[in-house]
Amino acid sequence: MKFVEGPEIRDTKAPEGPIEERWEKRKFAAKLVNPANKRKLNVIVVGTGLAGGSAAATLGELGYNVKSFCYQDSPRRAHSIAAQGGINAAKNYRGDGDSIYRLFYDTVKGGDFRARESNVYRLAQVSVNIIDQAVAQGVPFAREYGGLLDTRSFGGAQVSRTFYARGQTGQQLLLGAYQALERQVAAGTVEMFTRHEMLDLIVADGRARGIIVRDMVTGEIERHVADAVVLATGGYGNVFFLSTNAKGCNTTAIWRAHERGAYFANPCYTQIHPTCIPVSGEYQSKLTLMSESLRNDGRVWVPLRKGDDRAPGDIPEDERDYYLERIYPAFGNLVPRDIASRAAKNVCDEGRGVGPGGLGVYLDFRDAINRLGRDAVEKKYGNLFEMYERITGENPYDVPMRIYPAVHYTMGGLWVDYDLQSTIPGLFVIGEANFSDHGANRLGASALMQGLADGYFVLPTTIGDYLAAGPFGEVEEEAVAEAEIKVRSRIERLLSVNGTRTPDSFHRELGKLMWDYCGMERTEESLRKALERIPELRKEFWENVKVSGTAEELNQVLEKAGRVADFFDLAELMCLDALVRTESCGGHFRAESQDADGEALRDDENFAHVSAWEYSPERVPVLHKEALEYDYVKMTQRSYK
Amino acid sequence: MNLTLKVWRQSGPADAGRMVTYKVQDVSPDMSFLEMLDVLNERLIIEGDDPVAFDHDCREGICGMCGMVINGVAHGEQRATTTCQLHMRHFEDGATITIEPWRAAPFPVVKDLVVDRSAFDRIIQAGGFVSVPAGSAPDAHSVPVRKEDADSAFDAATCIGCGACVAACPNGSASLFTAAKITHLSLLPQGQPERVTRAKAMVDQMDAEGFGGCTNTGECTAVCPKGIPLDTIARMNSDYLQANKK
Repeated sequence: MKFVEGPEIRDTKAPEGPIEERWEKRKFAAKLVNPANKRKLNVIVVGTGLAGGSAAATLGELGYNVKSFCYQDSPRRAHSIAAQGGINAAKNYRGDGDSIYRLFYDTVKGGDFRARESNVYRLAQVSVNIIDQAVAQGVPFAREYGGLLDTRSFGGAQVSRTFYARGQTGQQLLLGAYQALERQVAAGTVEMFTRHEMLDLIVADGRARGIIVRDMVTGEIERHVADAVVLATGGYGNVFFLSTNAKGCNTTAIWRAHERGAYFANPCYTQIHPTCIPVSGEYQSKLTLMSESLRNDGRVWVPLRKGDDRAPGDIPEDERDYYLERIYPAFGNLVPRDIASRAAKNVCDEGRGVGPGGLGVYLDFRDAINRLGRDAVEKKYGNLFEMYERITGENPYDVPMRIYPAVHYTMGGLWVDYDLQSTIPGLFVIGEANFSDHGANRLGASALMQGLADGYFVLPTTIGDYLAAGPFGEVEEEAVAEAEIKVRSRIERLLSVNGTRTPDSFHRELGKLMWDYCGMERTEESLRKALERIPELRKEFWENVKVSGTAEELNQVLEKAGRVADFFDLAELMCLDALVRTESCGGHFRAESQDADGEALRDDENFAHVSAWEYSPERVPVLHKEALEYDYVKMTQRSYK
Repeated sequence: MNLTLKVWRQSGPADAGRMVTYKVQDVSPDMSFLEMLDVLNERLIIEGDDPVAFDHDCREGICGMCGMVINGVAHGEQRATTTCQLHMRHFEDGATITIEPWRAAPFPVVKDLVVDRSAFDRIIQAGGFVSVPAGSAPDAHSVPVRKEDADSAFDAATCIGCGACVAACPNGSASLFTAAKITHLSLLPQGQPERVTRAKAMVDQMDAEGFGGCTNTGECTAVCPKGIPLDTIARMNSDYLQANKK
């Protein structure tokens, strides 16, 4: 796949001056919209996870006219609900040396120096407000006997700043946002559209002015126009078919926006989560994550000897290799996710993996149970242990868990400036759907923080600055009609192929290819192979896919086919991005770029930049670089040893 | 494993619907129930048949989207388990399994096993929240909460809104769902100012949606994948009575 290099991106709209004053400055400089005018301004929010749900609720509270869309049957189902472990905030309630600056520092370092300092600092600042907001909504965080909030530690940090609600933190935070959203629905400021899927973005006069959606129950194609559009449609990990994402998670909304002119930044940055339940068979439809919080008390090990097939309990202490504690004594089992994942892959590649196919490592709670007692372990992790037993049929109180890395999160996404606005004026992108805060690797418990920071606090301020110039008047019919026709003809095309393979069978094959060639370890050779194979598979898809049923009904095969089609195009861009970035950083490990110990080796001279890709219908994407400068955190090779 | 499935097929709300029999071969005991249905659907698509429509999303037991009545029990016989977390190792080789949608008047069938549960959203809209606009909250530590209260509130708050309680109830009551939210917020200091008005508004909405009354049968809590306890309903009734006294 060819590409060309375009002009650099020079202005990210972040204010100048000391980093701790930038957000205050931006808030003050942002134009305000008078309350009477807010009612006349229409905003579309797509997606109802932590970012979209909180944004729609907050925009409604501010008095804007909001339309909120989700593909599920209720906004409460968005996949943020599955986040287990917790949410970071620089409250320093423990007095253990935490601060906004330290959270900022840990996040920049954890992201392997590929995130923007200004954005990350703001995230750390806003983090404290999120906890206040959630508690006031009635989110039942874990508490100590004194009635104050409990915290725990998470990977990549040496302080205890992660707030949690047993193993269901995402659920509780999402329900808080969902309830705030439903309150606005009742108040009439938000109109809710469930079972609606966004299939295109309407761009008129150079501004994002609406979306084309399909009513998934009736099949009707609808037009919705507005003064601004917010995409909060999550990540694209399902390009790998097997991931910890929900089955419905997809790239369609952001990909169609990309086709309309929004740049796609760092698509190759993929997070492989170290603690997931291993694959059990060919029919596997998704992978289940076991919260990273388990690494607080669980110890990761494999047998010292290759091919040792004794039961774990029969392997004596001195014949076990607690490899994370051995290689990274300072952080031990709490090293960041990218490092833990690659270490697991390495020991399995050495032939020391456990379980079927040797693709697994032990996560052992024996010592924790001896130290704290079974009850205490059950109180902390009971629901996770139950989940594990339900899926595997094994009891982790007696037998160590088996875990293996799986695709979990995508740090890449649509490029946004400091205001979270994409390269299309009026199109804002928040949460996992954008690229902004996590660099090349996201730390645990930071996704919830970012989603809610964007939705409750950042976007509602910055979008006002844009909307102050509105309302933007009628939308030209031509632009709306063009988008609608495009959507309709694509659906007709999918239905008319009438081939012999299901959309899922193509998706599975694409996912396997991406895992093998663009997964935990990437090489020039593997990426070139993928770039050769993806267009062939895409061609076969458009000639041989079988979509049963019609467009005018609930048709889950048609929904799936449309999403898979977009995954092909995204997969190609991911591989290209991974090929061009010849360094290793965070979740992107190029085998050619490693140090003597096998750790990721960055190339700051050539790659301290964001790669923002502009779409080209001729499949010759244009690369725009945004230079990354570090004035506050000194760039160093990460070390957790 | 080889199985016989008897599945409810209904092309839309206007269709009367019927049970249709399918054979599924070579099912692995490690498959989840939904993966077994995936295998059936992949075959139906290739054969040119309409695959069985069912709701699902996270497939890890937390989004609340999946749900079907399996052999007469909402989410199947394994306790405290959503349909997506049910695995085939709990079925016998050669078994016949019946699969039906939630059946309750306020949950009309959309297609096959997919039902419309938007009534639940409307019950939350009626009052299932604390009125606190973004940015207006005091410091999180300004109000300590007894650990016992926080833990009990959490237990009630784990409801995933799947609707199994309604499907299992002989009266088609949504009391467990409604009571779970009322209990969650009623146990916390943050929920006090709106406690009484909330209970009244939510219960009235539940009635308006056409859900039946509670007669303490307890089928709801028996099938609840999150084990929401029955005594939440007592708390709901208590808050509701107070509202009507005023």
